[in-house]
Amino acid sequence: MNRILDIIEKEQQKTDGAKFKVGDSVRVHTRVVEGDKERIQVFTGIVIGRKGRGLNETFTVRRISYGEGVERVFPTNSPRIAKIEVETEGKARRAKLNYLRRRKGKEATTVRE
Amino acid sequence: MSIGLLGQKIGMTSVYDANGRLHPVTVIAAGDNVLLRRLTDENDGYSAVQVGFAAQKESRVTKAELGNFKKANVGPQKFVREFRLEANLPEGEVNLAVTQFQPGDFVDVIGRSKGKGFQGVMKKHNFHGQGAAHGSKTHRRNGAIGNRSTPGRIWKNMGMPGHLGDERVTIQNLRVIQVRETEKIILVSGAVPGCNGSYVVVRPAIKNPGALLAAHQEHAKADAAAHSKKPKKAGEIMAEKAAEKKAAEHKK
Repeated sequence: MNRILDIIEKEQQKTDGAKFKVGDSVRVHTRVVEGDKERIQVFTGIVIGRKGRGLNETFTVRRISYGEGVERVFPTNSPRIAKIEVETEGKARRAKLNYLRRRKGKEATTVRE
Repeated sequence: MSIGLLGQKIGMTSVYDANGRLHPVTVIAAGDNVLLRRLTDENDGYSAVQVGFAAQKESRVTKAELGNFKKANVGPQKFVREFRLEANLPEGEVNLAVTQFQPGDFVDVIGRSKGKGFQGVMKKHNFHGQGAAHGSKTHRRNGAIGNRSTPGRIWKNMGMPGHLGDERVTIQNLRVIQVRETEKIILVSGAVPGCNGSYVVVRPAIKNPGALLAAHQEHAKADAAAHSKKPKKAGEIMAEKAAEKKAAEHKK
């Protein structure tokens, strides 16, 4: 890639970002702006995939909320993500855990193969 | 006052702004614009500056062009364009650095679009073409192009196959996202005509989208204020109705 483009993208990428893997249970702290106030909202779930590279990398977090599966896709380098905490590390043998979508109950929230 | 810039399209990427929003941007390298000549009302009938960009080998320019460069005391330049000026702008105020633009300014970018060669009407004019199946033997042709003896000719501007692209294209009202003085680059929102490495002209927007945008925001604010009243809860409505009823009975 062009050197200038590389510089522009590199300086926007987070260097201190929490290291997490696919299969980990994470808490994603996002900055939410309401009117002129800003607060932190936490989204908890399992990372079921990472996609893209460099500045354009995103990851998908899945959780079961009131019996309904909810997925959110976050850009890894977004400044609106304040922090990513890893709660428990999972042992995933796949890059994408889309099979969790078919599962129900306790099976759907744990990674074990 | 910004005059305009000559630059080279570097490529596209994206940047986050202060609000955490991601903007698609085109990076334009616009360093070392050199002033070649001042054109004045008296001498040329209009006032402008002639600007050169990108150094060139001496053997690649004509002697006439070389004379022009020598007069300005600069080396030969690949890309030479003029920018119109207000008459009598003092010499010191001709700023040809990237700093003449600020983030938030609107610019027009002129470039030469990518050549697509000889193309059919579906790509060139967005015709629908014909059916792919059901025994249809025509697929991507233009179809009928006119009537019979009235008018007895083909209308002007009828879409037909032909050469597409490789022409001068102006994209208006692109917002300047960043200006970097050290690297001599500016970042404008959205796409710019031409391939990476092609030369482009960046000029201040001839329309005034800033004012338009301000008007839009004013409208949006008024709308938001009108809608911000909280919807009444069912309980409150019942209470109000009861109060009205009471008031009516009281009157009796």
